[in-house]
Amino acid sequence: MNAPNKSGWKPAMNADGESIGGPATHTGNRALMLEEELIFEIGGTDTTGVDLPQPDAFAQRRTGGLERTAEIGLPGLSEPETVRHYTRLSRQNYAIDLGLFPLGSCTMKHNPRLNEKVARMPGFADLHPMAPSTTTQGALAVIHELGEWLKTLTGMPAVAMSPKAGAHGELCGILAIRAALEARGDARKVVLCPESAHGTNPATAAFAGYEVEDIPATPEGRVDLAALEARLGPDVAAVMITNPNTCGLFERDFRKIADAVHAAGGLVYCDGANFNAIVGRVRPGDLGVDAMHINLHKTFSTPHGGGGPGSGPVVFSEALAPFAPLPFVEKTDDGFVLVEEETAGDRHASSFGRMTAFHGQMGMFTRALTYILSHGADGLKQVSEDAVLNANYVLRKLEDVLHAPFADSGPCMHEALFGDKGFAEGLSTLDLAKGLIDEGYHPMTMYFPLVVHGAMLVEPTETESKAALDQFIGAMRSVAERAIAGDETLKTAPHYAPRRRLDETLAARKPVLAWTEPAAE
Amino acid sequence: MSRYFTDEHEWIEVEGDTATIGITDYAQSQLGDIVFVEVPAAGTQVTKGADAAVVESVKAASDVYAPIAGTVLEGNPALEEDPALVNTAPETDGWFFKLKVADASELEGLMDEAAYKAFVEGL
Amino acid sequence: MRYLPLTDADRSAMLETIGAPDIDALFVDVPHEAQLDGPIRGLPMHASELAVERHMGRLAKQNLAAGDAPFFLGAGAYKHHVPASVDHIIQRGEFLTAYTPYQPEIAQGTLQMLFEFQSQVARLYGCDVANASMYDGSTACWEAISMARRITRKTRAILSSGLHPHYVSVIKTMARFTGDEIHYCAPSLDAAPDYAAMLDAIDDDTNCVVVQYPDILGRIGDLSAIAEKAQAHKALLIAVVTEPVALGAIKSPGEMGADIVVGEGQSIGVGLQFGGPYLGLFATRQKYVRQMPGRLCGETVDAEGQRGFVLTLSTREQHIRREKATSNICTNSGLCALAFSVHMTLLGEKGLRALAAENHRLACHAVDTLANVPGVTVLNDAFFNEFTIRIDGDAREIVRELAEKNILAGVSLGRLYPDETGLAGGLLVAVTETTSEDDIDALAASLKEALA
Repeated sequence: MNAPNKSGWKPAMNADGESIGGPATHTGNRALMLEEELIFEIGGTDTTGVDLPQPDAFAQRRTGGLERTAEIGLPGLSEPETVRHYTRLSRQNYAIDLGLFPLGSCTMKHNPRLNEKVARMPGFADLHPMAPSTTTQGALAVIHELGEWLKTLTGMPAVAMSPKAGAHGELCGILAIRAALEARGDARKVVLCPESAHGTNPATAAFAGYEVEDIPATPEGRVDLAALEARLGPDVAAVMITNPNTCGLFERDFRKIADAVHAAGGLVYCDGANFNAIVGRVRPGDLGVDAMHINLHKTFSTPHGGGGPGSGPVVFSEALAPFAPLPFVEKTDDGFVLVEEETAGDRHASSFGRMTAFHGQMGMFTRALTYILSHGADGLKQVSEDAVLNANYVLRKLEDVLHAPFADSGPCMHEALFGDKGFAEGLSTLDLAKGLIDEGYHPMTMYFPLVVHGAMLVEPTETESKAALDQFIGAMRSVAERAIAGDETLKTAPHYAPRRRLDETLAARKPVLAWTEPAAE
Repeated sequence: MSRYFTDEHEWIEVEGDTATIGITDYAQSQLGDIVFVEVPAAGTQVTKGADAAVVESVKAASDVYAPIAGTVLEGNPALEEDPALVNTAPETDGWFFKLKVADASELEGLMDEAAYKAFVEGL
Repeated sequence: MRYLPLTDADRSAMLETIGAPDIDALFVDVPHEAQLDGPIRGLPMHASELAVERHMGRLAKQNLAAGDAPFFLGAGAYKHHVPASVDHIIQRGEFLTAYTPYQPEIAQGTLQMLFEFQSQVARLYGCDVANASMYDGSTACWEAISMARRITRKTRAILSSGLHPHYVSVIKTMARFTGDEIHYCAPSLDAAPDYAAMLDAIDDDTNCVVVQYPDILGRIGDLSAIAEKAQAHKALLIAVVTEPVALGAIKSPGEMGADIVVGEGQSIGVGLQFGGPYLGLFATRQKYVRQMPGRLCGETVDAEGQRGFVLTLSTREQHIRREKATSNICTNSGLCALAFSVHMTLLGEKGLRALAAENHRLACHAVDTLANVPGVTVLNDAFFNEFTIRIDGDAREIVRELAEKNILAGVSLGRLYPDETGLAGGLLVAVTETTSEDDIDALAASLKEALA
C-alpha cells in the first residue's frame, strides 16, 4: 500500500482510485484552480496602481528634444488587480514550500525565512554599491565574514565573492587559471572534462578560449584515473571535475587526480555544485583543488526564485589567489576596505579584472551568512550527513523497483541515480516524471547525467522528514510500477496539473516570445 | 546521377559537378521533430568532414558535416519557413544545401544505398 | 537545529534500512585523511534565530541606508520607491521557492510572468523580443558584444567613452580571453556626448558600436545617425540603458535603430541591495533571436489546446550545446524579473510616464539649485535624472566630507576613473522621485560650505 495523503483526500478520484470527471464550468476554472489572462489582456495603458503627480504639460523638458511621444504599450493594473493577478499565477507553480523537490544537482532545500527578513534590513537592502566605504562598514563586514566562512569550510586560502551565479563562478575559476598560466608564459590549450560533467563545464571552458576534451568514466561511475593520466601532458591547462560527481558518487581518487594534474603542470577546477554532500565534513582544499565555485543558492539555502538570482563565490588555492577578480573586501586596521580599480594597482596587480559592475550578490550574501550562522560548524556537518542519509535511504528503498546502475559502487552521496531499464516498451523517464506530477511532486532531474540511459537523479536534501521521504518513495514506487507494467495513462500524464503536456515543438518552430495585439476579426 | 551515404547519416546526390546534401530518413527519425535548420550561405567553402549545417529538434542540436569538399551553391530556402520538411521529406524536398564538387574522388569510400541500408540495420 | 527535521530515532531507523552501521559508513568513499574528525574548528556552533538576527541587525546598523540621508548616488544603480505589494508578491513561496520552469505543467506561474516580462521589456526598449533576463547590466552588455560577433563574424567593438567604466572593465576582462578588439577611451567633460567620435570610428571591420543612453555623465543624444552608419558598414548598434525609468520620458533606443538594447533593470522593483542581485535586460530584433543568449519563454498550447508557456529555443543553451552554446550562462535573474514585472504592471504606461516626469522635474530643480552654488558648474545641457557637476579640486574629498555630515552627495568621477586626473573635479548627481526639495537644498548648502 502506498501512502496516500494522510487526510485521505485525492482530488477527482473515487475510493477505487478511478478518475471522476465533473461537469465543464463556464469560466474554465475548477474551484481553486483559477485561470488567469495576461496583463496585456486585462490591463490598460491608462490604468495605474501608483499615485504619482501627473506631469504638467507645460513643465520644462531638458531631454535634448528626444521626448518619447509614441505609445509604449505598457498595460497597468490597480493594486488589487495586480495582487490578484500575481497571486493567481503563483498558484500554478510547484515550489519547495509545497512539497519535496527532488531535483538532482539542484539542492532544493528549505529556504529559511529569517534569511529573507535579514536581507530586507534597510542597512543592507537600501544601500548603494558606490556609497562611501565609511558608510558601508557593516555591509563590507558581511562580505568579509561570509568569505572567511567559505574559506574555512573549504580549507582554501582565498575567495572571490563577485561571481553572480554558478556558471559565472566557473568562468571566474577558469579565467583565473588561464591568467595564471599566461603569467608563467604557458599557453596550454586543452581543458579536460568528464563525460558525465554538467554541460556548463565545457561551455565555460570554450567561452574562455579552451578546447574541451572528454575524460571517460569507469563502469562504476567515476573518473577513469588511468585514462586521465594517459591524456595529461604539456597542452592540458586544467581538468574540471565535479565532486561529488553527477552520478552521486564521491571521486575516491580525487587526490591522485589532482596530484597527477599538478605534476603535469595543469590546474584543478572543482565544480562545487554538490558541495552540500560534504560541507562541514570534508574540505576540498585537502584534496588538491585550485579553484571551486560554491552555489550559495544550493548549499547555503538562498532561494532559487524560479530561476535565479544565484550567487557563485569562488575559493582559490595560493597558486591562483593573486589572479582573483576585482573588487574584493580586505580587512585593515582602519576597518574594511573595498579593493577596486582605484587601489588595485598597489594591492592586487595580477587580478584578471572585473566580472560584474559592482561587488556581487549582496542580497544573497546576507541570506547565506544568516543560514551559516544559524547552523554553525556543528549544524553544517549535520546538514551534509542528513543529506547523504536521506539520499541513501531513497536509493535503498527504490533499488528493487528502479534500475540503480551504480548501486554496487558503494553508498551514494547526496543524490540517488536511477535509469529507465525495465520500463515497458514505449514508456520513458519523461512519462514517469509526468506521472510524478500527478502525484503532487516536482519530478527529479531527468536525462542527466548522460552516461545513464533515461537517467533519473533524485536529491531529497536534508530538510525532508522521514515521513515526507516515505510518502515520496511510495509515489515513486507506484509510478515506477506503472511504467514497468506499461500503464498507457502515463503517456498522457499529467492529468491533474494546471496544464496538460505542452507542445514544445510548436513553441520552437514558430517562436512567439512577446505579446502582440490579436488581429481584428 | 548517383546517390551516396555517409556513416553520419547524410545522403549526397551528385549530378555533374553539383552535389545535393541532406540527412537520411533514419537520421530524422532519430532526431524527432525538427524545429530549426541552419544552412550555409552561398559561397561558403566547406572541407570534407567540417561542420556545414545545424539541425535542431526541441532537445538536441546536431551538426551536419560536409561529406565532401566544395563551394556552397545554395542552402535550401524552404527550410527556414518549414523545418518540418526534414521530417516529412528528408531525402527529397528536405535537402539542406547544394555544393559545387571540388574533388569527385572524395566520393570514393562513401556507401551506396544498399550498403547504407545494411549499415543502419546493423545499428 | 531548526532546519533539520530528522530525529535521532529516524536516523537510526534509516541507517538500519540502508544496512549501514553508522553515518561514517556512508562516507566510506571519502579518503579517511580528507575527513574531519568533528565540526570544523575555529568556527562558532549553531545559534538561535534571535541570536543570528541580533548579529546581522548590528551589522546592518553600521551602514548608512539611502533612505536615512539626503541621497544623490546613481552611476548605474538608482534609488526608487518600490510599492509594498511588489515585495509581498516576490515573497510568496510559490515564486520564491520554485526552480527554473523546466516542468512547464507545474510552472505556468513563473512562465506566464516571464512571457509578460519579456513583452514589457521589448516594449520599453522599442525592440521585437527580449529574453527572460540576465545577471545584470554589465554582463548583459558583454553578452551583447559576443552576440554581435556571432552575427557579423567581426571582432572590433567600439565603446563610447560614455559607457559606464565598470561595464568597460567587464568587457575588457572578457575580451582578453576571447580576442575581441576593444576600442575605448575615458570621457572628457563636454556638454554633449561623444557621438561624432563614434561616427568617425565606424568602418568595415567594426563588429559593433556600444553607446550608453543616457550616458555615464547623464548626457543624452539621438542615436539614429550612429545606427545608420553602423548598419551601412554591416556593424550593429548596441545601446546600453542603465536607468530604465528614463525610457518613460525619452525615446527608446529601438525607435532610433539600435539592433541590440541591453541594460540594468534594478531601478524598477529591485532596490539598491549594495550592488546585487540586479537584473540584466536584453532585447533585440526578431531576426537575431536564435543568436540571443539567455533563457527565453515562448507561447504554445497544451495537449487539450489551451494556451500555455514553455522555455524554448533551448538548443542555444549550455546544457544542450555544451561547448558550442551561445553563452555559458544557465541562470537568469528570475525573482528580480518578477519584481520588475510587478512594479511595471503597477506603474503601467501612465505611471511610468508620471514617474519619469517627476524624476526629471526634480532633476531640473536640482540643476538650477546647484548651478547657483559658487564654485559649481553644471556640465549637461540635456539630461534625464542624473547630471555631472564640476568643482575645483577633487570631488572625492567633497564626497567624503559630506558623508561625515550624513549627506550622500553623489558618485565622484575620481572613484570611477582613478587614472584620469582631468576628471577628478567631476561629480555625478542623481535625483529621483525619492529625493525631496529639502534634500536638494541640503546638498546645495553643504556644497557651498565645503567649497567656500
